[in-house]
Order: sequence, then C-alpha cells, then structure tokens
Amino acid sequence: MPEIEHGGGISRRSFVTGVVAFLGSVIASVIGIPAIGYLIAPGLKKHTSDEWVPIGKLEDIPMDIPILSTFTRTSQIGWERSATSFGVYVVRKSADEFDVFSNICTHLSCRVSWKDDQEAFVCPCHNGIFGKDGSIISGPQPRPLDRFEYKVEDGTLLVHLVEG
Amino acid sequence: MAAKWISWLDERLGLTTIYRTILDRKVPKVNWFFTLGSATLFLGVLQGLTGIFLTVYYVPHPEQAYDSINYIMTEVSFGWLIRGIHHWGASLLVITVFLHMLRTFFYGAYKYPREITWVTGVFLLLLTLGMGFTGYLLPWNQRAFWATTVATSITETVPFIGPFINTALRGGTELSTLTLVRFFSAHIWILPALVVAIVGIHLYLVVRIGISHVPAKDE
Ligand code: HEM
Ligand code: FES
Repeated sequence: MPEIEHGGGISRRSFVTGVVAFLGSVIASVIGIPAIGYLIAPGLKKHTSDEWVPIGKLEDIPMDIPILSTFTRTSQIGWERSATSFGVYVVRKSADEFDVFSNICTHLSCRVSWKDDQEAFVCPCHNGIFGKDGSIISGPQPRPLDRFEYKVEDGTLLVHLVEG
Repeated sequence: MAAKWISWLDERLGLTTIYRTILDRKVPKVNWFFTLGSATLFLGVLQGLTGIFLTVYYVPHPEQAYDSINYIMTEVSFGWLIRGIHHWGASLLVITVFLHMLRTFFYGAYKYPREITWVTGVFLLLLTLGMGFTGYLLPWNQRAFWATTVATSITETVPFIGPFINTALRGGTELSTLTLVRFFSAHIWILPALVVAIVGIHLYLVVRIGISHVPAKDE
C-alpha cells in the first residue's frame, strides 16, 4: 500500500480500502492457487513405460506384406486400471530387416490401415495416404508414419514400447 | 479510467443503488451474535464452491464412489484440502445455522414483521440437515452405508406411510446404486436449488425490513 508512505494524509476510508484490497488479493491467491492445482492435477501426472513387446515368431511374418499386430497394456488411470490398445504394422523387408510403424496417423491421431488395392496406408479421417515405407504420398499429415525400434531374440520379433 | 468505466456501467445498471441498499443500509447498534447469519451464509458459499470442485472427480456409483474419494484424498493436489473444508464445513454449518436460529429466537427477532423471515429460516434449517443427510452417504464406506440404512429405517416407523417413505428414499427396498444416485442428485441439485431460492427470500426480507435491534429490558 504505497499511499501510506507519502506522509500522514491518508483518510480512514482509503486506508480501509487498501487493507481490504491487499487482504483480498492474498486470500484470492491462497484460494486460487490450490484451486488451479486441484483442477489440473491429473494432467500433470505422467505414466511412463519402457518395455519390449513380443509381436510374433519370425516364421509367421510374411515377406513384404504389412501385417497389423495389436496388443493391449493396462495402466492405472485415476483410480481405475484401464486397458489401452496399441497397433503396429510390421513390414518384413528381408530375413532380419523390418519396418515397424505405429498405426497412429501423424496428422491428428486417427488409425491408419493398409489397403491392398491401393498399396498404401490410408487414414479415414482426412484422407492421409502413406506409402509402404511409411512416407507421405498425399494428405495433410506433417511427417511419415512413426516407427518403433525392434529387435529379434530367439526367433521372436520384439518392438520397443516407450511412453512418457 | 476505471472511474469512467464504473460510472458508465453504474448509469446503466444502477450499481451504487444496489450497493447502498444492500451494504450501506442502516442497522441498529447490535452485537456479535448478529454476525451469525452472515457466518452461515459464508460457510454455505464455501460448501457450494468446494462441493462443485469435488464433483470434478467424484463418481456416484457403488464401485467407484469410495475409490474416487480416495483418489481425491491421496492423488489430487490439494484434494485433501478441498474435501477437508467440505467435510468439516458441513458440521460447522449446522452449528452456525442453529446458533443463528437461537439468536433470532432469544432476541424475539421472529416477531412482527419478521414472521416470514423466521419461517423461511425454518425451511433453511431443515434443508441444511437434508444436505448433511444426503451428503453423508456419498463416500459409500461402511459408516455411510450403515448410517443411511439406519436413518432410512427410522422412517419406516411413521404410521401407515412409513414403508412407503422408506422405499421412496432408498429407491427400492434395499440400499443400492439407485439410493446412491438419488442421494447424489438431491445433494447437488435439488436441495441446493431450494436453499438458493429460500436464502434469496430470506435475505431479501432482511434487507427490506432491516434487522431488529437488541431488545431493551422492558420489551
Ligand atoms: C442457510 C441458513 C441461513 C442463512 C444463510 C441465514 C442468513 C441470515 C442473515 C445473513 C441474516 C441477517 C441478520 C443476522 O445475520 O443475524 C438473517 C436474519 C434472520 N434469520 Fe437467518 N439464515 C439462515 C437460517 C435461519 C434459520 C434456521 C432461522 C430460524 C428458524 C433464521 C431466522 C432468521 C430471522 C428471524 C432473521 C431476522 C433477524 C433480525 O431481523 O434481527 N435464519 N439470516
Ligand atoms: S488424422 Fe489422419 S489424415 Fe487427419
């Protein structure tokens, strides 16, 4: 309350107004900050995971044809355990070389699917089209399909699921 | 600048008139007991705000009610604070409503011309108790479940219509999902709507009639 400093001429009314304004803002922030924290709390929680998910035996994965593989993972969301499903497209390029794509469209997260007749991954939402190598053919998507890291162990293909 | 805006709005909305009527009204020389109504009002507003915040996470379903409250208490930032205020505020509110009623009773403030203020007050007392009754079930823990079982059973002792009141309150013969959801609805919609409407009348009358003075010895 700067008025107080410049000499004793402050009226009772403006002193009270100042005190009320000051205390009011203190109370507002004491209430406001917890209120905002309370509302956004779940948004600030990161659930992280880092695991190698087995996709299938090498002998079951055909050459040069995109195969959709899905798996679900459960995690604690709020007070419930809920399942999230993931889909990856595996394209076998040689005996031990693969492209593993996420089926999440890089535009706005719809799910793409492989269309044999078009030889392309097609997104139903805004007609995004990706080639067999994940590259952009046409549509609004900003980047090629996202890829997963993979490795082969004991004849099984595993992909690296990292979140958070 | 601000003053210009305020007078622009004032000319159109009559803000100073509202201010003068409500806050600058003449009051007799009174004592601290006359603040109990305002204290009640403040606690009521606090219950309303914290209650709204609780509904952001609370789920009125037998399988989730307890877990969702547990989540508020342990996971949500300041959740313990919001719930704590709502929990303790509920008891405090019942106490202040009661003390406020005693004040108006012992000072004879219920007499002409304030009979309707008193009668609306009686409804507010009942509604406040109703809020406590319906809110108590919502955590759906053992205490809540059995307290509500007992309290709703008491209504069965009313002659003739007792069993009907009981099943109507419970939404069936036993406590169930239906009981929890109707208590929730009463607690957040029906009773608060009535409270707001009646507090409106109550305070309108306080402003219109003005408050009573402390009775003199010979009154
Ligand atoms: C939610 C509950 C209630 C609220 C928010 C409330 C609020 C108020 C307020 C702010 C006043 C102004 C004077 C004062 O504060 O003493 C008042 C006056 C009054 N209240 Fe209440 N009240 C409530 C419940 C009750 C109850 C339960 C009764 C009695 C059954 C009651 C009877 C009265 C009467 C008779 C007056 C006039 C007092 C006078 O003119 O001196 N009120 N109320
Ligand atoms: S989300 Fe796939 S094209 Fe828009």
